[in-house]
Amino acid sequence: MNQLGFPLLTLITFLPLVGIPILLLLPRDREEASKWVAFGISVLTFIVSLRLLLSFAPGEAGPQLVDRAAWVPQWGINYFLGVDGISLWLVLLTTLLSPIAILSSWNAIHDRLKEYLIFMLLLETGMVGVFVSLDVFLFYVFWEFTLVPMYFLIGIWGGPRRVYAAVKFFLYTMAGSILMLLAIISLWLAAQAQLGRGTFDLIELIQVANGLPLQIQMWLFIAFAAAFAIKVPLWPLHSWLPDAHVEAPTAGSVILAGVLLKMGTYGFVRFNLPLFPAASVQAAPTIAILAIIGIIYGAIVSFAQTDVKKLVAYSSVSHLGFVMLGIFSLTPQGIQGGLLQMINHGLSTGALFLIVGMIYERKHTRELDAFGGLMKLMPVYGALSLIVVLSSMGLPGLNGFVGEFTILLGAFGSKALVPQGWIYAAFAASGIILAAVYMLWMFQRVYLGEVKPENRDMQDLSWREEWVLIPIVILIFVIGLFPAPFFAVMSNSVAAILARLPALAMVVR
Amino acid sequence: MISTNDLLSILPVLILSGWGMVLILVDLVVPKERSALIGWLSMAGIAGALAAEAALWGLDLSGFGGMVRQDGMSAFIGSVGLLATLLTVWVSLNYIRDRGIERGEYYALLLFSTCGILLMAQAANLIVVFLGLELLSIPLYILAGFARPQVESEEAAIKYFLLGAFATGFLVYGIALVYGATGTTDIARLAEVAQTGRNATLLLVGAGLLIVGLGFKVAAVPFHMWTPDVYEGSPTPITGFMSVGAKAAGFAALLRVFLLGLHAVQADWIPVVAILSALTMILGNVVALSQTNLKRMLAYSSIAHAGYMLMGVASGNPSGLAAVMFYLLAYTFTNIGAFAVLAALARREGEDQTFTQYAGLGRKHPWLAVAMALFMLSLTGIPPTGGFFGKYYLFLAAVEGGLGWLAIVGVLTSVISAFFYLRVIVDMTMREPERETPNRIYPASVTTLAVTALGTLVLGLWPGPWLQLAQAGLKMLTGN
Repeated sequence: MNQLGFPLLTLITFLPLVGIPILLLLPRDREEASKWVAFGISVLTFIVSLRLLLSFAPGEAGPQLVDRAAWVPQWGINYFLGVDGISLWLVLLTTLLSPIAILSSWNAIHDRLKEYLIFMLLLETGMVGVFVSLDVFLFYVFWEFTLVPMYFLIGIWGGPRRVYAAVKFFLYTMAGSILMLLAIISLWLAAQAQLGRGTFDLIELIQVANGLPLQIQMWLFIAFAAAFAIKVPLWPLHSWLPDAHVEAPTAGSVILAGVLLKMGTYGFVRFNLPLFPAASVQAAPTIAILAIIGIIYGAIVSFAQTDVKKLVAYSSVSHLGFVMLGIFSLTPQGIQGGLLQMINHGLSTGALFLIVGMIYERKHTRELDAFGGLMKLMPVYGALSLIVVLSSMGLPGLNGFVGEFTILLGAFGSKALVPQGWIYAAFAASGIILAAVYMLWMFQRVYLGEVKPENRDMQDLSWREEWVLIPIVILIFVIGLFPAPFFAVMSNSVAAILARLPALAMVVR
Repeated sequence: MISTNDLLSILPVLILSGWGMVLILVDLVVPKERSALIGWLSMAGIAGALAAEAALWGLDLSGFGGMVRQDGMSAFIGSVGLLATLLTVWVSLNYIRDRGIERGEYYALLLFSTCGILLMAQAANLIVVFLGLELLSIPLYILAGFARPQVESEEAAIKYFLLGAFATGFLVYGIALVYGATGTTDIARLAEVAQTGRNATLLLVGAGLLIVGLGFKVAAVPFHMWTPDVYEGSPTPITGFMSVGAKAAGFAALLRVFLLGLHAVQADWIPVVAILSALTMILGNVVALSQTNLKRMLAYSSIAHAGYMLMGVASGNPSGLAAVMFYLLAYTFTNIGAFAVLAALARREGEDQTFTQYAGLGRKHPWLAVAMALFMLSLTGIPPTGGFFGKYYLFLAAVEGGLGWLAIVGVLTSVISAFFYLRVIVDMTMREPERETPNRIYPASVTTLAVTALGTLVLGLWPGPWLQLAQAGLKMLTGN
């Protein structure tokens, strides 16, 4: 319930849109003003979203700070927003990465800057909306809506193959989500049959769906999973990702990897697990196997890349495989580890794309072999990059380790992963080694070794570039050294989900 | 004897047809250069007819011995038709002048054609369906060929006329067979007789021929072959009118005759309509992929959308009825808007039609590109647009009616459609301009585009009240 008496979530969701009329009214040549307006609005949104931390009560499992209004009463569609332990950190991740992304494109975008900033703000609204929607129809609207600004961001301001990448991204994602629409319709009809009136309220639908026979649950699970698996991306539905990431502008890649991919994993935790518990238990081994293939495949293909951006893109496939494994271990550690790793991946991979963007801005190439010895040339950049790379690798003391360790713990003790959880954990652990391989190999070739003569003029980071990375680096340390508060927020909501799963004796800590 | 009740029940038609005749007379005295005046006058007439529809709202009138009904459904679809005409006239004001085909009778013909739409929406008797169909079609044959010096336009007119006359023949033969089977052409009586199962085979053959005749009008497969050529050759505002108005009329008739009149034999015609719907969606979307001409692509898109709406007819339930009506409203705004964008860039020899000619439009006329992007997204079915809610409603109706497979076809073809709708947006916003476009966009075009874009958005963000209006038409099914 909404203890605040003030529609905080609505404010956070729609505040970015306030910047759009201002941007539209500004004349086209006032570039600086436009950038400050967009940046200012997104920073304001972040500050407002911090208020969530103050009002959130970790002891409660259900949705908090609820905003509720009827939208289309004839169909039982409500404007129903709420946040709980699962979505809180994701909302904050979104509001943090959006100003960082805008800040990172300060000097990179000049052509049609206004439209670019408008799309960034539209995208932020869509993403926050996805994470706070508790009405399934409203969720679908926000989910589909985020396709549009991202499509334009890739297609207009991207690299040489941007149109191909943008269209592929759009079609692939839309195909999955429109199957989800049919599943949503089926849920509505099931609600009508059981409750006498159709509804899209997630809380009510959970009651309805849990009572459905296993066969039907499975079909609906698959339909929802289609949409989310494409977004994650779960192997083998990942082929849109490398193209989209490589061709997108830097800020686009940051948002895509940092937030959009999390929408997929979030969808599994928010919808598939609570709505279809029996089907989730049955599907868990299959999905875990796909996740592990993704971990290993992503790592191996990463290793073979010469374009740094593509390398990071495939590493995303690998990292999110870990998250999926954690979620479908169906244990408290696994799911909480997965949720934390979502945040960690958002931070570290977002930072990786920022780093790549910085050298691309200087030298207009992303080939590994074009660089070398950057640590000597640009020490601040090198130091920050090292932290980010180590975080991505999972070095203890940094955030990535906490997430990966917790996930492996969950997988190890999982009863859902047949025949034995530790087999899955063992394969996944090999992914950690492979991550070290490709990350350190990349680091050596780019940052260590001899400086090429044509690179000697590369400047170290400006103030703006430092401040783009510093908040992320700080969080990398904080989450790595003090993860307890982050887990504390999640634990009750995760326990509520697990409580529905049939007859799974879970590992006791 | 004709009573006041009879006249009241066809009040919008009376106003519109009377006004049309007045316009023809006025055209005789107005000098040629001031022909736009006729256009403005015709908008006044349409406004009058809309006012009449609003005044009759909520009433359930039956006129001329039960041959016409003025109820929720006829009011809704009639208003949609009038809205389509209003927008078409607005766009035409500058378009036909620039193309050098400005003549007063253009507007009068449009008004008469709209009378046909209104009659078809009101028809409670098969003969009135035929009457409305002819009244709708004959002015359209002329209007299709209005851009006279251009060969494509003349070809469009001849093709439309020949094939249309042929299809009307099927319709009349179908009506005759239905009469032979049941002894009546009154739709309400038909529902009663159909229940008895008398002469069932003959009735079904007649129904099949009715599907042919009406299917031609709404451009369903396999009666769609005329659509690409006729759409491509006709003057662009007329194409917009055809795609929306003729569809509205055709679907009104299909809904009344099949959902109401032939309700008892649902089990026989639903599979047929469902298969036609699937074929239409598939063919329309797949062939649109390979088009290089924007107008032709929109023609195939129009075929595809007829397929989506046939899903609503095939569902056979009240949701399907309301869904088709809501979709017609959303489709009106979206499609006329899309054609208005094309018309806004018209020149003497006709407007640009190939995709490459639209490249880079976003740079010179950013708002045109934004509007077109909105219309394309609505046609694809991306929220928050009217097209999304319309499609959702149609899918809901199909699944409710037990046609889950049809909904899946609809869903998959929607994804296919994204490809060619996105291509328009890509060309306009992501490519560099290749040729000069006109600098000036008329205020009338701007207003039309603003209205249609706003309509599309409003239907997508606040569909509630409009849904309520569409569902008012359900009384026709349940109240009888």
